Formats: sequence, C-alpha cells, structure tokens
Amino acid sequence: MADRSDLVLDVKNLKTVFFTNSGLFKAVDDLSFTVKRGETLAIVGESGCGKSVTALSLMRLVPDPPGRIVDGSVLLEGTDLLALNETEMRKIRGNRISMIFQEPMTSLNPVIRIGDQIIEAVRLHRNLSSREAKDIAVEMLRLVRIPEPARRAKEYPHQLSGGMRQRAMIAMALACRPALLIADEPTTALDVTIQAQILALILDLQKELGTGLVLITHDLGVVAQAAQRVIVMYAGRKVEEAGVEALFAAPRHPYTRGLMASIPAVPAPGVAAPARLNEIPGTVPSLVRLPKGCAFAPRCPLAVKRCEAEYPPLTDWGGGHLAACWRAADVAEVA
Amino acid sequence: MAAIDFDVELRRAGAHATGGWRRMLFMAQRHVLGAAGLIIMTLFVLTAVFADFIARYDPLTVDAARALARPSWAHWMGTDSFGRDVFSRIIHGARISLAVGIGSTALGGTIGVFVGLTSGYLSGWVDLIFQRVSDILQALPLLVLALIMTAALGPSLPNVILAIAIPLIPTVSRVTRANTLALREQPFVEAAKSIGMSEVRIALRHVLPNTLAPLIVLATAQLGSTILTEASLSFLGLGIPEPYPSWGRMLSESAAEYVRTAPWLVIFPGIAISLAVFGANLFGDALRDILDPRQRG
Amino acid sequence: MSKMLLEVTDLRKHYPVRAGVLRRQVGTVHSVDGVSFSLGAGETLGLVGESGCGKSTVARSVLRLVEPTSGQIRLDGEDITHLSKTALRPHRRSMQIVFQDPFASLNPRMTAGDIVGEPIAVHGLATGQALEARVAQLFEQVGLRPDQMRNFPHQFSGGQRQRICIARALALEPRLIVCDEPVSALDVSIQAQVINLLIDLQKQHGFSYLFIAHDLAVVAHISHRVAVMYLGRIVEIAGKDELFRNPRHPYTQALLASVPIANPLAKKLAPLVDGDVPSPVNPPRGCAFHTRCRFAMERCRTERPVLKGNEHQVACLLNEGTGRGQ
Repeated sequence: MADRSDLVLDVKNLKTVFFTNSGLFKAVDDLSFTVKRGETLAIVGESGCGKSVTALSLMRLVPDPPGRIVDGSVLLEGTDLLALNETEMRKIRGNRISMIFQEPMTSLNPVIRIGDQIIEAVRLHRNLSSREAKDIAVEMLRLVRIPEPARRAKEYPHQLSGGMRQRAMIAMALACRPALLIADEPTTALDVTIQAQILALILDLQKELGTGLVLITHDLGVVAQAAQRVIVMYAGRKVEEAGVEALFAAPRHPYTRGLMASIPAVPAPGVAAPARLNEIPGTVPSLVRLPKGCAFAPRCPLAVKRCEAEYPPLTDWGGGHLAACWRAADVAEVA
Repeated sequence: MAAIDFDVELRRAGAHATGGWRRMLFMAQRHVLGAAGLIIMTLFVLTAVFADFIARYDPLTVDAARALARPSWAHWMGTDSFGRDVFSRIIHGARISLAVGIGSTALGGTIGVFVGLTSGYLSGWVDLIFQRVSDILQALPLLVLALIMTAALGPSLPNVILAIAIPLIPTVSRVTRANTLALREQPFVEAAKSIGMSEVRIALRHVLPNTLAPLIVLATAQLGSTILTEASLSFLGLGIPEPYPSWGRMLSESAAEYVRTAPWLVIFPGIAISLAVFGANLFGDALRDILDPRQRG
Repeated sequence: MSKMLLEVTDLRKHYPVRAGVLRRQVGTVHSVDGVSFSLGAGETLGLVGESGCGKSTVARSVLRLVEPTSGQIRLDGEDITHLSKTALRPHRRSMQIVFQDPFASLNPRMTAGDIVGEPIAVHGLATGQALEARVAQLFEQVGLRPDQMRNFPHQFSGGQRQRICIARALALEPRLIVCDEPVSALDVSIQAQVINLLIDLQKQHGFSYLFIAHDLAVVAHISHRVAVMYLGRIVEIAGKDELFRNPRHPYTQALLASVPIANPLAKKLAPLVDGDVPSPVNPPRGCAFHTRCRFAMERCRTERPVLKGNEHQVACLLNEGTGRGQ
C-alpha cells in the first residue's frame, strides 16, 4: 500500500440518501475510495448510478432537502469534511477542493467578466490586493491556453465559445491550486474535437500542479485515456475497482464486462468491428426498490440463486482489483 | 454523525402518502393556505348552489316595518333600508359572484385560447395585429376597461360577464401564445408534422392539451380578480341591476348613508367579497406551486 | 448510377440574422451550404459532424420540416422540393423521423398506443380493432409489450420511449427513416439495445436510414457509407471502412484522432486540431476548415474545394484535390 501521507482524499463508507415522496432513495451506498496526489481516479457508470451524487457529497453540495449524507467520512488532506460546519466548509470549497461541471454556460455568471469571476474566487480564499489577484487571473487564463488572456479576462461568458468557457471554468477551479479537483462529465457537453483538447488540458495541468483528480464520466473511452484507477458504480454502489489497464484487460464484474462489450468502436486498422453489439437486457433498477441481493442480478447473464439472496462483498482479486460479484471468478470465461 | 430518524425524514418527504386520500391529506398539510383557500372556495360554491335552502328569507322581499334592524337571532346580519334580510341577500349574492366569476373566466379564457393559438400558429402579420391589440387592452386597467364596456352596453348580467371577460383575453392569449411558440418547436410536434397531420389538428391535439396546466392556474388566479371587478362595477352602479343581490351593490347602496348608523350593511358584504377573493387567490397560488412550479416567484 | 431512393442536390439553407430596432438583416447563417448526396434502397448513410455543422438541418430539409433555400430533393426520382403541403402528404408516408430526445418527442398527454397509432389514423389506413391490432404488432416489433399501450410516456424509461418513437416511425411502413441522434441521449447499455433494434428492423423491412450523429463510433457501427460535414458542407464521403481506415480530409483525420479509444493501451489522445469551429454566420471564405487546418495553403483561403473522386469523395485542395493520405 502506498504511503498514507500521499493521500489527498480518503472516503470511507460514504452513504448519501434522498428522502423523496416515493420513498428512500439510496443514491450512494457504502462507498469507499482514495485518491493520491497527482492521481486520476475515474468514477464510471450510467445515469442514476450515483456518480454525480458522489461528487456533490465530496463538495458537501447535496441539496438538502431532499438529500442528506447519512454516514461515512470524507478525509481531505486529513480533515473530515463531513464534520465541518458550513462556514468552515466554505473556506475549503474552491480552495482545497474544486469542481468543474458539465455545462460551462450555466456554471459561469453571465453578467460578470471572466477575469473578475476568477479574481473573486481567488480573493475569497487568499488575502491578496486586487492587483495581485488580477495578475493571477490572467496567469490562470494563460495556463489554460486561452489566447490573449489579458484581453479575454475583460470579456463576458457569452463572448466566449463553449470550449473557451470550459477553459475559463478550469482556470477558476484551479486558481487556488486545490489539492483535489472533481470534474463531473467535463467534456460531455462539448464537441468531439474540443473534448479532446479539454481532456488533454485537464490532464496536463493536473500533472503540472500535482492535483488529485476525480473524473466522473459515462464514457469508457475517456476513462481509458485519462485515468490511472477506475471505480465502476451500479445502482449507488461500487461494483468494481481496479487499475485502468487491469480493468480493461480483464473486467471482474459482469456489468463492467457488459458495458465494455456494448460500446461500438471506431474501426481502426487491424481492429475487427463487431457484427453486433452486446446488449445488457432490461434497465437500471429504481433506487427506491432495490433487490435484496445484487442489484445487477436481474440483468446479469451469470446470475444464480445466491445473487438474488445475498449482496456480494467487495473482494480483492489480487493487485487491488476489487469486485463485488459472487461469480467474479467465472466472468472471464463467459464472452 | 448525528443519528437520523429515517422514518421522520421520509414522512416529511411524503413517502407514506400513497393512494388518493392520503396523498390529498399530505398535500393539504404541505399547502395549508391553499387548503384553506380550497375550503373557502368549496363553501362559496356550495352556498351558491344551495342558496335557496340556506337563506332563511326571500332576498327580494321588502318589509318596511323591519327596515334597518340590527343583527339579531331573527336576522343574523340585520336588515337593509328596505327591510330585506342581509344574510339571505349575501347567500344569494354568492350566486351572482360565482356566475360572473365562472362565466367571465370561461368566456375570456375560451376566446383568449383561440386568439393565442391562432396568433402563435399563424405568426406573421396576424400575430402582429393580435399582439398590438393586446398591448392596448393591457395598457388599460381591468376595471377601467370593464367600466367603459358596461357603460357602453348597459348594466345586465350577461353584459357584466362580457365586460369582465374581454379584458381577460389578452392575458390568456399571451400565455397560450408563449406556450404555443415553445411547443411548436418540440420534437413531438415535428413528428406529427412528418406524418402529414394538418396544422389545425396538430394545434388541437398536440399543442392545446399541453398548455392547459398553466391556463388552469391562470384561470383560478383570475377568478378572484373577476369577483372583485364585478363588485367594483356594481359598487359604481354599472354592475348587476336591481333587484338581484350583488355584494358590490349592497356595499355601494349603504356605504355613504348608513356606514355610521347601520355598519352591518357595510361590514358583512365587505367580508363576503374579501373572503371569496382571498380564498380564490390562496387556492390559485397553491395550485400554481403544485401544477406549474416554474411560474413561482 | 443505379436508381436511388433519395437524391439531394446542392441543398442550401440560409437563415437571415436580424438585429436592431428595424430588424434589418445584418448577416446570413449558412446552415447548409451546398450539400449533395444520394442514398440507395436498404442503405444507411451516416452523417457526422460537430454541433452547428448543419447535419440536423439537412435531416429536416429532406423531410421538408424546414424549407430549403435552394437545391433539390428527389424521393424515388420525384422532385419533392417544391410540392405543396397537400401534394406532399402521400410522400410523407415514405419518410419518417426518429428524434434525439425521447422525452420531448412524445406528447406527454397521449398514451403510448395512441402515439403509435396516430400516423395510421391520420392517413386513414385502419380504425378500431384493426388499428389496435396493428399497434400491438408494432409494439412487439420494437420489443415492447402490447399491454403497455395504455401507459403514458412518463411511465417508460428513456430506452423504451425511443422504442415508442421507432414504432411510430414504422407505423406507415416508410422506405426512408431519418434518425437524428437517436441514441445520444441514452445510457451506454441502452444505446446498444436501440442500435441493434435499428439494424434488425432494417434487415427485416429493407428501408434506408439517413443516420445523423456526432458519435463516430455509433455512426461507424450502423452505416454503410459515411459523410463528414463541416460548417454546412460535406468535406468527405466514402464507404464506412474506407473512410475510417483511410481518411483523406484533414478534418476527418482530426475528428478521428479526437475520439477517446476505450483501450488504455491504444494511442493516447492527440488532438490534431486547435481552436473552435468558426461561426456559420459569414463562414470563412475558401475552404471552411482552413482556419484550423494544419496543412492550410494560400489557395485554401480563397478557393472553395469541391467534392472529387468516385467512391471515396473528398473536398480538399491538397495533392491535386485528393486530400492527404496519412
């Protein structure tokens, strides 16, 4: 195991629920993971798997009501964020832990200049003169490779293109040099060519600044290209965790395997295109009425009696490759 | 971490309220004022419907011997200068108010929906003309417009309804037009077009049903103001003619002369008007919160 | 050339940009700027490109949901570009559309059965029991249970709603189905279900797809031929395997290099292109891509390249108009 002082984030048994009029909604259930300095951890899953609620829980931004973090701890550089009051949390948010959202247009204030928004974010946490803060803002815009940063700083969000706005968001999130950056589907709303630019930028900056990165995405391509470690979530729970190469080489959970087989691939020289995509039958279960056993069992080709009766524990299959499946040993054999 | 009582939290979120009655009870607890409004409105409607059974005297019978009697066991709310029972007149007045309220809202609503749909659909110069006429109508206060209308048409129940309905048209047509424009861009409308459906049929089958929720909210909200307008018109002598008991006119007849000597002639019709308007507004607000949360604020 | 189901020639759609109190025209959006392609019976043509490239406008123009500014659309050899609404009506049976957003493309106040049955009723093809039987049959074809006919759209999941949309498109037994990003709003595991369904249905019924998407992998999987659009123009069009293995236009190459590959051992992301797509209001002169192209020459700024080639067509001035072999 790595040196613990290297850990930026240590999440233990996080449980976030929503109290809704149709019942208790277990959005995140018993989730534990760590992120090291300079490491990229991807959390992947489909809509409703709890990946975005996890991000909001780390930021302590879960809307209450109806949501509430009911159990667990979130240690950021040794401080339990869940034990802080709102004033203390505000000092950490945007300073030690930042977040980039999916939609850059709605996350920027449309009536404030880009530069001023960054200046505001910086001065909130650091005792700087406005001159110094302005220099930092321009420097940050330069860092995210916005051409003519001094001029762009004076522009309003609507004057920037989608890609530029997402760059500005990144500049703002990194302005205080946070220990941890959470990126919630940072490229999903962008065009393919812009996506690649933004993703490459985030990874470069992360390397440069040594920030820990939690990358939340539904795109296995993004995961494969960006992450060092991956958590696969299904119906609020972690079903698999592994290093990225181990995960793609030999997934241990039937859900992960099903996901990988269901995405079409761009034909490349030497890669045969599959004639037919693998389907995962059925749909994601309602988080209100989760089955007693494994939540994936109703859609799983390997399911046996036991899967419906008992929830499988997360088991280490060697080298920190965790999977929660009674039949993990047989997954590799089934196509 | 503080212990959390899951049951209490779920109860607060309304998870226990399954099934029709429990759901309604839960809604009533969440929107207490709205429920109060609904109760007032229900009482109001029941009063109007069963006025003949509730009223203890004929509201039109004049009895000079009993003129200006104080409230007593025999006459709960006293009598007016003609000796008519104020309580019975207020009960029957509910009919007038309700007839005017529902009649004018329905009339104004129907015409407004028609204008809004056509305007949103045809766009171009038809839309331009409709919109500018609406602007002019909306620049005048509801009451002033209704005043001009009744002055021109002469006081009678249908004329009052018409006079109050016409100023409602621009408000309703605006909402309908805005919704129509938004809905026209919806893929399901495009899908209807691509199967070769006629524009009229699309408007009636796909666009109209989807504008109803905000319109119901709007209509309930307008109900209060139509009742108030009728009262104001009658107060000014242009509303419902004698001898029908209208709350507004009951006020106007007695306000100047009897406010000191027989205050019950002013107080009770005043309370009736306020209560009805208040009830309609409370109910309308709650309905808006439930049906159309976007309009809040 | 063999007889084509759909032939689009030099299609243009320009929108005026108005500003100021007098609503004077200050510019023109060149949404679609001279697009030509053809589609054979039983064939799938993929149309890819980034947002604002005009691919959805092409789709809607083909169905005459937007009126093209100029150009020609021929369905089965007949020019339908200027047909009146009434004259167009019988042709509407031949072409249907499936939209991206399965939530917005179903009327929330109609039952699923009514939605699927509506096209049949509008064209007076069946009523009563016969209509109901036909709708039930359509439900089964797209993998829904006939007893779900009485449910409203909100009672279905995203994938099921898209199945309803497909059933509605099938109802008139069309020969062409335009799919406008039909899976991009769906979850990964559901995407596969819908793509497989679309392919199976094509095999059974033999209709053609004009398949619009921004996801290259999805387009590659479902299409026989692929056209790449950039700022209102087709820059490259070829058979699927040829296009993906041997992309000739620098934009196609950049697009392909930008797709993150779901294999950690495969090449890392190498964006071959910088900057953003220019605005389609008064787009660049010459080749629209020259502002971002690594190989841009002086000629590219002034001369507009045309599509050249036979099976593999490319609009690029490089190497005598053949683009660049990587």
